Amino acid sequence: MNTSLFGYTLALADDALVSAQRMGWWISRAPELEEDVALANIGLDQLGQARLLLGYAGELEGEGRTEDDLAYLRDDREFRNVQLVERPMTDFGVAMARLLVFATYQLHLYRSLTVSDDARLAAVAAKAVKEVTYHVDHASRWVLRLGDGTDESHRRMQAALDAEWPFVDELFTPCHPSLGGRVTDPSALREPTLTDVSRVIAQATLTVPAVSPALGGGREGLHTEHLGFLLAEMQHLHRSHPGATW
Amino acid sequence: MSTSQTMPRAREIAATVLDPELPMVTIEDLGILRDVTEDDQGRAHVTITPTYSGCPAMETIREDIVSSLELAGYQRVDVEFVLSPAWSTDDLTEEGREKLARAGIAPPGPVRAREGPVPLTLSVRCPQCDSLDTRESSRFGSTACKSLWVCGACREPFDHFKAL
Repeated sequence: MNTSLFGYTLALADDALVSAQRMGWWISRAPELEEDVALANIGLDQLGQARLLLGYAGELEGEGRTEDDLAYLRDDREFRNVQLVERPMTDFGVAMARLLVFATYQLHLYRSLTVSDDARLAAVAAKAVKEVTYHVDHASRWVLRLGDGTDESHRRMQAALDAEWPFVDELFTPCHPSLGGRVTDPSALREPTLTDVSRVIAQATLTVPAVSPALGGGREGLHTEHLGFLLAEMQHLHRSHPGATW
Repeated sequence: MSTSQTMPRAREIAATVLDPELPMVTIEDLGILRDVTEDDQGRAHVTITPTYSGCPAMETIREDIVSSLELAGYQRVDVEFVLSPAWSTDDLTEEGREKLARAGIAPPGPVRAREGPVPLTLSVRCPQCDSLDTRESSRFGSTACKSLWVCGACREPFDHFKAL
């Protein structure tokens, strides 16, 4: 549970950063060239949001850590992202199922943060809300196309939803009530997010999976084994060549 | 911003800086040049806003602003990034829209509320032949701010600067 604005901001930043890194994996691997470009653009938007949030988190902490320090010099137990975004996604259906859920969650989150008492969070959110609107739209179109497509695409899209669903609940982990009007409590986003996602799923002739949530714990730094490998790749250059620029 | 005095000269120079990814338009045409102030010590302060959170061109734009003002004799140039109010394609100037269209990039329509999982989109006019018989081939294009379209009349593909 986040008890400080620093922890809250860091959690939002880490969600966006880790998701961006996974999106980047698709460059050159998507089913068509246009999709390579689309997923790269979506990842870039998320990376941009992560940079703004990490920079602000560093200021809130007040110990002089920059966005690079926070991105490159923390180990997995210090990351506060949800497990949803850290697991590999080597099936395109999984990528679209996850993006649908995550971008819809971010849309409601950022939309509500635009009226936060915290001017910095409100400014970042006002920028980001426009970008994630496109992400939701993109994922929705693919889920419709694949769910309501061939038998094979329907089967794989449903399997993707089934695989992602246990990790959805963690997005709505409540934050500490002391943060008050400056932030949006993620638990308030459950209903609007799931309503929107369920509408797309139904329209795509798919079924909302009835599964128990996974253990969770990402917000406390408990992660799946996959995050360590992701960070090893993401942080390798910076750690091998401290201060490297180009 | 409201207390600062905008001087014409530094602003005129900063306004000529081109966008590195869309070199047919200036940062003024794009509407990302928010404010320019200068004092009698030869210092200039320029405020710009990004189009997208992750826009990779911002660093280059900053360097171009600094070098063009230094070349004009300014001793010290600061460039500040601001997020609020968030940039919108409605900030593009009329001249900017015309320059984009002349370069084969269909300018954005007015920003409208996009609600629902699959919002309706209005047709985009082909910058080559003016036909409205066009369709989107990809929502994301070669830069964050563009989408890819193809014209049904002249069969040519083209970029569209999407409304944001």
